[in-house]
Amino acid sequence: MSSRRIPWLTFAAPRNFHLLVQVLVPWLAGVAVLLAIAGLYTGFFVAPPDYQQGNSYRIMFIHVPAAWMGMFLYLLMAMYAVIHLVWRIRLADVMARSLAPTGALMTFMALWTGALWGAPTWGTYWVWDARLTSTLILLFLYLGYMALRATVDDRESGGRAASLLALVGAINVPIIYFSVEWWHTLHQGMSVTLTSAPTMAPSMFAALLLMTGACWLYCAAITLRRAQVQVLEDEADAQWVRDLLQPPTAESARTAEDPAGTIREEGHS
Amino acid sequence: MWRSLWTLVRRDISLIVMRRQDVLTVVAFFVIVTTLFPLAVGPEPEILRALAPGGVWVAAALASLISLDRLFADDWRDGTLEQIVLGRQPLPLVALGKITAHWLSLGLPLVVISPLLGYSLGLRGFELAVLAWSLALGTPVLSLLGATGAALMLGVRAGGALMALLVLPLYVPVLVIGSGAVNEAMHQAGPYAHLSLLGAMLAIALPLAPLAVAGALRISLD
Repeated sequence: MSSRRIPWLTFAAPRNFHLLVQVLVPWLAGVAVLLAIAGLYTGFFVAPPDYQQGNSYRIMFIHVPAAWMGMFLYLLMAMYAVIHLVWRIRLADVMARSLAPTGALMTFMALWTGALWGAPTWGTYWVWDARLTSTLILLFLYLGYMALRATVDDRESGGRAASLLALVGAINVPIIYFSVEWWHTLHQGMSVTLTSAPTMAPSMFAALLLMTGACWLYCAAITLRRAQVQVLEDEADAQWVRDLLQPPTAESARTAEDPAGTIREEGHS
Repeated sequence: MWRSLWTLVRRDISLIVMRRQDVLTVVAFFVIVTTLFPLAVGPEPEILRALAPGGVWVAAALASLISLDRLFADDWRDGTLEQIVLGRQPLPLVALGKITAHWLSLGLPLVVISPLLGYSLGLRGFELAVLAWSLALGTPVLSLLGATGAALMLGVRAGGALMALLVLPLYVPVLVIGSGAVNEAMHQAGPYAHLSLLGAMLAIALPLAPLAVAGALRISLD
């Protein structure tokens, strides 16, 4: 195995991955909460009202990070899909699969908060603006990926089919973005665009950065946890999972009395 | 190698043409969807004229989508596809051959009939030529993109609706640029930038899509 030479591949082994996630997730989640508290405080109480939009702009602190994460997670998913297709690393597929729901959620949140933001600023919940439209299509790409996964019964071939779809989609994302951008500029100019917003106050920018960090860490934590559960499910018959579920300190006779209870208890962690 | 490709294309075309009703069904679908627009919107010529490029293009994209069923499914069902995949020919080339045959027999009729539909919606002269040109450049891209979806969906239950979900987002750029070309022609601006972009998409999809289709076929036949 080449795992000796490429240190990263150590964590491609299900057991090592499980242990890594076990250590990482509490930290990621904890820092995410701290950053979110700091970001929300800065966003709501420190940052000044916008001279054009008043207080309604504050939804930006959740909207912009969500939109960034939605796009970023799709690219990350496509990267894992390529790793899965080329090197046939199972864990890459598990990661891609775990990223999809979070990415779809982030994309949906970006659309939803965007609609709520659009109501006071643009006077409408929805316009066929280039960014809105390409974000909506991104959501469709996520949904297609998840639907394909769910439809194909065979885990292995379903995973590879979905990976190929993610790759094709990722190649198309920039083309879709630019075609829609161009379509928009050909037809009408928006009265208010995100890009023409005045330069930000430093406290706004700080709040935005904090919230982006919080979102990023939340996505990492939730994705890793989902992947971990998936790995445990896939490897349920492996010896290391059995060892894990039955701590070596416990008497084998005692755990044998109530194996179902032990499994249920560990399954939720 | 080229001779076997040619044989494959000829075989596929004659198979489709022998069952003429398949071609007619796709063309009829194209016509009916276009007919729905005036029925739903009302017969005012100005509105219809404004809707014409998008209407014809949406109808063409949907017709292309439903025709994808025929691309691999028949050969897959009777085992021919497996034999072709096992054969000595490079699989991307085989995929390209099948897509070519599919477009020639099911895509080209749409291009041919499109000026008629455009005319019925109020497009005139030069605009009709641009419409046909944009479809001639765009529908092959639709076939190439859709073929990946069709190959992935082999043997999947309830493939139809899922195929739309997988394939239609990928159709968006072609649809935007294609109908944009006709729109530009209607507003006295040159459609050539859009047509060039469609040609560029075709030039990118032509070598890349068969690779993706070949990969998808290998996954589906595994």
